[in-house]
Amino acid sequence: MLGYTITQWLFGVLSFLSIMFGLMVVFSRNPVSSVLYLILTFFCIAGHYLLMNAQFLAIVHIVVYAGAIMVLFLFVIMLMNLNEDQEPQRTWLTKIIAAVAGGLMLVVLVGSLKGSEQLQLQHYGSSQVGLVKNLGMVLFRDFLFPFEIASVLLLAAMVGAIMIGKRDIK
Amino acid sequence: MLSFIIYKLLVCVIVFAISLGVAAYSTLWERKFAAFLQDRVGPDRAGPKGILQPLADGGKMFFKEEIIPNVSNRFLFILGPSLFMLTALMTGTVIPWGKDFTTTAGNTYSFQITDINIGVLYLLGVVSIGVYGIMIGGWASNNKYALLGAIRASSQMISYEIAMGISIIALIVTSGGTLSLREIVESQDAGVCNVVWQPLGFLIFFVCALAETNRAPFDLPECEAELVGGYHTEYSSMKLGLFLFAEYINMFISSAIMSAFYFGGYNFPFAQELYNTLGLETGSIWISIIGFGAFFTKIIIFINVFMWIRWTLPRFRYDQLMNLGWRILLPLSLLNLAITVVVEYFRGNIQF
Repeated sequence: MLGYTITQWLFGVLSFLSIMFGLMVVFSRNPVSSVLYLILTFFCIAGHYLLMNAQFLAIVHIVVYAGAIMVLFLFVIMLMNLNEDQEPQRTWLTKIIAAVAGGLMLVVLVGSLKGSEQLQLQHYGSSQVGLVKNLGMVLFRDFLFPFEIASVLLLAAMVGAIMIGKRDIK
Repeated sequence: MLSFIIYKLLVCVIVFAISLGVAAYSTLWERKFAAFLQDRVGPDRAGPKGILQPLADGGKMFFKEEIIPNVSNRFLFILGPSLFMLTALMTGTVIPWGKDFTTTAGNTYSFQITDINIGVLYLLGVVSIGVYGIMIGGWASNNKYALLGAIRASSQMISYEIAMGISIIALIVTSGGTLSLREIVESQDAGVCNVVWQPLGFLIFFVCALAETNRAPFDLPECEAELVGGYHTEYSSMKLGLFLFAEYINMFISSAIMSAFYFGGYNFPFAQELYNTLGLETGSIWISIIGFGAFFTKIIIFINVFMWIRWTLPRFRYDQLMNLGWRILLPLSLLNLAITVVVEYFRGNIQF
């Protein structure tokens, strides 16, 4: 069709949808619909993972982000019952600071994207790389040390969150 | 290729019809079962022995007045029950209902919609998305009781998903490290079924399945003594019907998953001897159908156990529910996983 393969079509449609839903997250007035659009964005990103043959990553992305983390987000936002008239009025200073911070973030992102062209993607085998078995082999054989470091970091973050969340520290 | 697509469409329609049919007659059977336990007669007016009661109930649901609260978000209000029903039906796609069979032309067909290599994770994903139906519906009702019910449902489902996931990991270790449901069932073909190696894991999975389907004694989200009607307080007509109906479909599917995971699915004792006596060759469609019958019997038994528990046990208090999930089931499932790994190491199924 029009000189594109099915994969390219899927990529185009998924990219369009994920960017559109991402914009809707920012622009929708209601926080609950923001969260719902964010969930749709996660589904589109999972579709991208599938296109890259990373089935495990795709399904874990859905289970963890859409299935657990966003449920908690939704949970909190529903309980807070945010209304427009209850929102704190923001001064001009906060708005300018927010715009500058956001702009800096954009610069960092663009810079990192520019650098990524020079990176050579290392391919582990064929289209089977995303299967659980191969992924496990790579993670627990070639990258065991970084993997364990990441898990320790996560554990530290979890303990820290519990300590901050506790009302009284004995 | 075309015959393959037509066959898959046919399987989809059959699985859909069976899910709906079993769910419809589960409502009748539940009432009959309750009547039996409480020494009553139960519904017996519609048709002989009340056999047409589900049709009458469905008709009543469709013709009831449909009320959408003025202040609610109309789109999300309708989306809630639809999403709940959709996810309930989606889980049926990866369940292997019977053995493959081969036609005389040499084509092999399977009694399953699709066998994906991450089937178990797919199931977990769909189950974890199922909670959105309740949450969105409960929030869009713009009613405090509905919101409380929705929040209870979501926190309960998230809490019990963790213990369920870990008990499934132990099961995967036992059945040879595969995530495909068909291979899990096939691994129980020759030897004993997984429940022998995973008695604790099965118990944890069963309790979690009760909690995930919001069945009594875990039906806190619709606890009528505290929350009027829970998350479906504002729902009427067929939208309420979808919520109630999806619960029965969930019950059917979780019974199917339990029989496939722990009780051998379509395998049964002395299956090969039976086929030899009947003179059936490997790949015959009759083997698939007999296997499906065995699978279905197991499912029916599990549905009955679900009902038995509902009409026997009183409802938990909410803090008891959370304590059971986090302080008892989660450590137990971790212990089960550790024991499983040690046992499987000495059985020689794991190499380091």
